[in-house]
Amino acid sequence: MAKDDNGAEDVTAAADSPGAQLATSAASTAVVTPDALVNPGFPPHRPRITDLDHKEERKAERTVYTLFYVSIVGSVFAIAAYMAFPIVAEDPGSVRLNNLFIGIGLSLALLAIGIGAVHWGKALMSDHEGVDERHPVRGTEPVRARAVEIFQQANEESGFGRRTLIRNSLIGALVVFPLPAVVLFRGLGPMDQDPVALLGETMWKKGVRLTMDPSGTPIKASDVTLGSSFHVIPEGLSEMEHGRLEEKAKAAVLLIRMDPADLVEEEDRKSWSYDGIVAYSKICTHVGCPVALYEQHTHHLLCPCHQSQFDVENHCKVIFGPAKRALPQLPIAVDAEGYLIAQSDFTEPVGPSFWERA
Amino acid sequence: MTTLTTRESAEDQAVGAKKTGGFTAAAANYIDERTSISGAVKELGRKIFPDHWSFLLGEVALYSFVIILLSGSFLTFFFQASMAEVIYDGSYAPLKGIPMSAAMSSTMDISFDIRGGLLMRQVHHWAALLFVASIGLHMLRIYFTGAFRKPRELNWVIGFVLFILAMAEGFTGYSLPDDLLSGNGLRIIDGLIKGIPVAGTWVSFLLFGGEFPGTDIVGRLYSLHILLLPAIIVALIAMHLLFVVVHKHTQYPAAGHTNQNVVGYPVLPVYAAKAGGFFFIVFGVVMLIASFFTINPIWNYGPYDPSPVSAGTQPDWYIGFADGAMRLIPTGWEFVWLNHTYSLNIFLVLVVVGLFIVTVMIYPFIEGWITGDKREHHVLDRPRNAPTRTAIGAAGVTFYASLWAAASSDIMATHFHLTMEGVIHTLQATTLLGPFVAFFIAKRVCLALQKKDREIVLHGYESGRIVRLPGGEFVEVHQPVDEYERWKLVSYSDFKPLMLRPNAQGKIGASEKIRAGLSRWFFEDRITPVTQTELNHAHGDHPAEITDK
Repeated sequence: MAKDDNGAEDVTAAADSPGAQLATSAASTAVVTPDALVNPGFPPHRPRITDLDHKEERKAERTVYTLFYVSIVGSVFAIAAYMAFPIVAEDPGSVRLNNLFIGIGLSLALLAIGIGAVHWGKALMSDHEGVDERHPVRGTEPVRARAVEIFQQANEESGFGRRTLIRNSLIGALVVFPLPAVVLFRGLGPMDQDPVALLGETMWKKGVRLTMDPSGTPIKASDVTLGSSFHVIPEGLSEMEHGRLEEKAKAAVLLIRMDPADLVEEEDRKSWSYDGIVAYSKICTHVGCPVALYEQHTHHLLCPCHQSQFDVENHCKVIFGPAKRALPQLPIAVDAEGYLIAQSDFTEPVGPSFWERA
Repeated sequence: MTTLTTRESAEDQAVGAKKTGGFTAAAANYIDERTSISGAVKELGRKIFPDHWSFLLGEVALYSFVIILLSGSFLTFFFQASMAEVIYDGSYAPLKGIPMSAAMSSTMDISFDIRGGLLMRQVHHWAALLFVASIGLHMLRIYFTGAFRKPRELNWVIGFVLFILAMAEGFTGYSLPDDLLSGNGLRIIDGLIKGIPVAGTWVSFLLFGGEFPGTDIVGRLYSLHILLLPAIIVALIAMHLLFVVVHKHTQYPAAGHTNQNVVGYPVLPVYAAKAGGFFFIVFGVVMLIASFFTINPIWNYGPYDPSPVSAGTQPDWYIGFADGAMRLIPTGWEFVWLNHTYSLNIFLVLVVVGLFIVTVMIYPFIEGWITGDKREHHVLDRPRNAPTRTAIGAAGVTFYASLWAAASSDIMATHFHLTMEGVIHTLQATTLLGPFVAFFIAKRVCLALQKKDREIVLHGYESGRIVRLPGGEFVEVHQPVDEYERWKLVSYSDFKPLMLRPNAQGKIGASEKIRAGLSRWFFEDRITPVTQTELNHAHGDHPAEITDK
């Protein structure tokens, strides 16, 4: 360090900091020992090789300007790549080449500038460190006094403290004036809908056929072989113009055929299945992901989002994971033509829990 | 105010510029006469910034934000934030003819029909991942070196808010393409919000503009993503940097470094060259990654549909801790009371994660209250010299890491052939017990390192040279450290546990009792810095000790 005008006098960093007098007050538990070692000041400056050896300096200079030229080459390469590697329709490989070569050109352009500038700074620019003095962050006493004075004067001249009626009514007005803005946000959701009612109903109702997702082909009970599972939507959903995804987010169903002997069914729900075919809501009762993974030999359903597992043998009760409620069951039957139909809507809201659900 | 150590000062350069005259001088004069910018140059031009690799973490965060702004602006020219249904008719054959939202379709076009579009998308996404990561690492650096102490507590809070906003930016951006993966992310958000007592159902209803998923959410998130959140982030970054200028940068303990100075390189020219160059390096590295590595291949996922989902889906890394926390809740934590549903399996996650991050935010004030230390601190702590703080940090990192790992519980189970349940149970244990273990280990390691430092200061370091004394005794030569190296080992703040004393009324308040308890927990085990007397004794008391003089 060429110049060190305060290093040598300083004791520990903490002991002499602004506000040090407070350190010994009862409030602080800092230990300030008078016996601390003394800061030895800056160690002697060590010159770099580029300071000592003129050849090294020249070499560093060459490196820096070469890098900057390389950057220009990179930029030109990127422009050339833009033209030389066009995207050809329906050829994903061309996208990859376009991405790769423009990217390489730009990377080169950027990295060469960066490395060149840093090398310039480190090897060639003066490496003598400088020292700035610090001052307490708080304003100086006269400045603080003046600030207080200004506020007092403003208070005096406005009567802000004296005319309390004006002041308090102003505060009141300021508190109330944003409220209309809050009310305006009611318009974020449709005025004529009640979320609680909507959450309690789906497209399923008596006689609606179970159809394949996404084709919408009705499913015959005889086509559902033992051990197979189908992703199901209600008939008519795939032709919907509006609100298709909203309905699907509630009505998606998983259809599984099991050996009736494996099914443990409650007395009042025995009629909800048909010959070992059961239909359950596909929407997880935790936070609503589709419970799409069916493990055939254990008859377990797994939600890939948070790993809740449901036991199909046992009315899809939760056997592991953060979900609490079983997947709602869709009561099904078979119509005259042998197609699977719903007996009714779900008997409880599907999907994640909500405050008004119970 | 700047003490310059180099030969030429700013004034000399100014004079030099005048002498040469010409266009530069005339232009400078023109601008100064209209902006008074010479004052700013005088104040900031030779401002000193200390050098250390760990100071670059914040720079990476800043630069990746600039990269995000640049690449993001490009994307806005092509992206359509609309959920109107269109039939995809772009270059990617497998999705041709499939109905999807305009948002997804335009993102596909950016990827497959606009030259360099995929590159910009990938630059944007990679830079966003880097942005949050570098903020996180920057915060860890600040924490473990005690840089949050007075006068920088408020800047810590600003930085914390930036971290939260960065995650919000990440999530809103992630949701925009309206692909299957992001749609499932929104579905989870919808479920989370619905789990909030009292207001949840309506908040979700308003946010999505009706029933999930609705046709509004992408447009709304887009406003947040490109307007509101960036504006707040830019304003807070400006404040954050303004405070860095006001406080001046902290520095590590080293010979010559004091609490009254800042030692380093001046902005012009060295710091400008290095920091400016570093921006290009960060940009170049992000560009390189984006050229070679695919991120968020939405064409593999397809458009959002509430029914399908693929196994092994992962959120972007920074959301992992929240997603993992949701997986760790045991089965059945939901109950019905007074005809309302209390979803603890959801709400508790929000509360615990919320408490955790709020604790992070207010930590500087907690520690300041315990120590009662009202001094300014500009010289950083080496982590070992604040053992309890470092141990708390290690505990926090362990807690976070356990939650984060839980977000990949299924991937771990399938990759390492473990049971799904076993992984979750293990992570439940590490989440609850791991922090205590980490605290204990980190604290003991810190104290051991402090003892080692004392040993080195008092008796030198082991040189590995064995010498036989005339009497036949073998001793190892201890090499003394030089005074500059020694200063690094002995210059740290020392605290002792708070001694409870009655106040003027002869009473001890409850808060003082809590404070004393915490203070004891913090500073009970302490290794004091070596004093001059001890050093003198060490040299005097060990005549047999051979030093290699």
